[in-house]
Amino acid sequence: MSDFAVDVRDVSKRFRLAHGQYKTVKERLIHGGKRKSTEDFWALDGVSLTVKEGETVGILGRNGSGKSTLLKCICGVLQPTKGEVAVRGKLAGLLELGAGFQQDLTGRENIYLNGSLMGMAKRDVDRVFDAIVDFSELEEFIDGPVKFYSSGMYVRLGFAVAVNMDPDVLVIDEVLAVGDERFQRKCIGRVKEFQKEGRTILLVTHAPDTVRSICDRGVVLSHGHLVGEGEPGEATRIFREGLMAEGAGMAVADPTLVAVPAMPMAVGMDSVPDTDRPVRFRSVHRVYSGDNSVPYMSTGDDLTIRVEFEALDPTPDVVFSLEIRDFVNNMVMRTDTSIIGMSIDAPRGISVMHFGIVKMPLLDGTFTFAMGIQSRDGILYDWQESAGTFAVMNPGKTTGLVRMDVHAALISTESDVDSSAALA
Amino acid sequence: MAVDVPASSSDADQRFDDTEVRVADRSPVAAEAAGVSRGAAQRGSVTRVVTPTISVRKRLHEIWLSRELLIYLVRTEIKVKYKNSVLGLVWSMVAPAMTLAIYFFVFSILLDNKMPNFVIYLFAGLLLWNLFQLGVLTGTGVVVNNAGIVKKVSFPREILALAAVGSACVFFFFQSIVMVIFMVILRAPPDPAYFPLLIVALIAGVILASGLAVLLSSINVYLRDTQHLIEVVLTAWFWACPIVYSYQTVEAKLGPRHLTWLYLANPMTPLILAFQRCLYNKPSAVINGKLTLILPQHGYLWYAGLVGIVLVIGVVLFLVALATFGRLEGNFAEEL
Repeated sequence: MSDFAVDVRDVSKRFRLAHGQYKTVKERLIHGGKRKSTEDFWALDGVSLTVKEGETVGILGRNGSGKSTLLKCICGVLQPTKGEVAVRGKLAGLLELGAGFQQDLTGRENIYLNGSLMGMAKRDVDRVFDAIVDFSELEEFIDGPVKFYSSGMYVRLGFAVAVNMDPDVLVIDEVLAVGDERFQRKCIGRVKEFQKEGRTILLVTHAPDTVRSICDRGVVLSHGHLVGEGEPGEATRIFREGLMAEGAGMAVADPTLVAVPAMPMAVGMDSVPDTDRPVRFRSVHRVYSGDNSVPYMSTGDDLTIRVEFEALDPTPDVVFSLEIRDFVNNMVMRTDTSIIGMSIDAPRGISVMHFGIVKMPLLDGTFTFAMGIQSRDGILYDWQESAGTFAVMNPGKTTGLVRMDVHAALISTESDVDSSAALA
Repeated sequence: MAVDVPASSSDADQRFDDTEVRVADRSPVAAEAAGVSRGAAQRGSVTRVVTPTISVRKRLHEIWLSRELLIYLVRTEIKVKYKNSVLGLVWSMVAPAMTLAIYFFVFSILLDNKMPNFVIYLFAGLLLWNLFQLGVLTGTGVVVNNAGIVKKVSFPREILALAAVGSACVFFFFQSIVMVIFMVILRAPPDPAYFPLLIVALIAGVILASGLAVLLSSINVYLRDTQHLIEVVLTAWFWACPIVYSYQTVEAKLGPRHLTWLYLANPMTPLILAFQRCLYNKPSAVINGKLTLILPQHGYLWYAGLVGIVLVIGVVLFLVALATFGRLEGNFAEEL
């Protein structure tokens, strides 16, 4: 059954990156019509994507991954270099901060202009005009030129126009992030209404949480290629993995092994020569309880941190501390073995200890952990500021930082009780 | 266990339920509530395909389908042009009237041109020239100036250039009224036999202007000099047309050297001559007791033949312009 709403068929888009192109006739003439060297850049490279009718698809990708270019091709604002896009039904798009408005015209005139650009007759626009003004909450400003609008007003009007033009396919690029929170909620509410009405929605976002909470399906773009698609959770995971693989100084080669370097000293620590430390780290591994073939754990899995340490002499009462931080270095948790209520006497030589975190409550993200070894009275033997990282992928639809057990129940109201009593 | 963990199975069921609701909501009632008159039946039936290039035939078809938009854009263009101006549309007549007055003063009074009803002669040429010049000049900048729309909304963009020519046609209409008033006051009746030719010449002029506007508007996106270059070219072009001087003064110089064809190669010349032949209606006049030739002394067929050639040139140019526009259009959104 070919019930597609948007069918992207092997679309490629090439841009010529000119290294300072000759833009004026004079420059062209002077350089004898020669073009400066150009470099081909494929913003999209053989992307195929079918969006079924009534589906909500989120497109994830980093900056420059080709998301916006793809949306522009779908909207028909840009034409692909190769391939084609078929769109069934009327399409309304909100590309990068709002609709296309003519600065000198008033809001009212722009509503009509947009309507006719989308192929609507005047009387059709008449019919939805009040709804647009209502939704955008711009009653007082609708007869003022849009060049005097604030950016928030601009986006509001753009969104209101797009959703009220009765599109079959709604394409939204990142606009949900603009506007105040209340309006954002209103927009998301409207998007959800659209979903219920069986309209197709395509949205681009950097925020995996949006995909998770709104979309039926997510696709991930990276460097112009479609690198993954699937359930929102799965897509989010692929997106995060891609982010990790690409950088931010994350360990990639063997993410489970965090070799302890020859001790760059933590601030405020006595510079005890490496060999003089009574107790020191040798290596830190982290082990996920789940599927070990993937470089992440799922929320609810267990995490084990395996620490190999070495003591020069038998040292009594050693305390191991563990700090977990999120990607912006907020402390998520700090604990140590003395808090846990455990005392460790380190024997001479190499030993191994484990920290185990049972049923990881954290949702999505990559977390770093710091570890320290100290004596019970606070003398720091060794400290690893970034002892390792672990990544958590949330398979469910909850968003936020941690998972909590949430139950919901409908408690019958008094009238229900009455009526059921009456029935009985 | 947390609420969100048993995701896959129950979520899928949930989604299935949603689908059911969607189907129900597609009823005409729901569609009506959403403000659609055409009903749900039509929804999803139109498939639009975005391809690397759009054939010229398809472009023409799309332009035809967007004629309502064209009319709207013409209205908008005029509205924007005279926004916040007190006199508004009056300006569209003041400026040409001023030109007319200056030329009349210079040629008729200072240079002592004794051509009878010189105002009518001037006006006949200027009418068409103003249409052409305004259409090409505003048309050239139209894609760049409407970047806000071009970058965001998909529609046949050549409509913008056509709307520029369209608004020039509106001004042409207003100026024509003034022309009629002049003709009545000066009792200078036109030659009704040439009316059909005047109409064809007007159409040819509009097509020629449209072709140039479409072509230049797309080139201007990549080479912004086009806008300034065309101003200069149009000034020279104006003097290459028999508007303020008569055709016969040129013919007198070029005729003996058999170079008249060169002068007539300017596609605007035959069109302007047709306008003058119809509206001015004085191929020759007795000036200072001497018979002076003003317009070409040829018959109807000569005029018609030349206008016909220009019409063909115009149509070809227009099609070439559409094809070029199509090739350049693909990256507008990135270049603007």
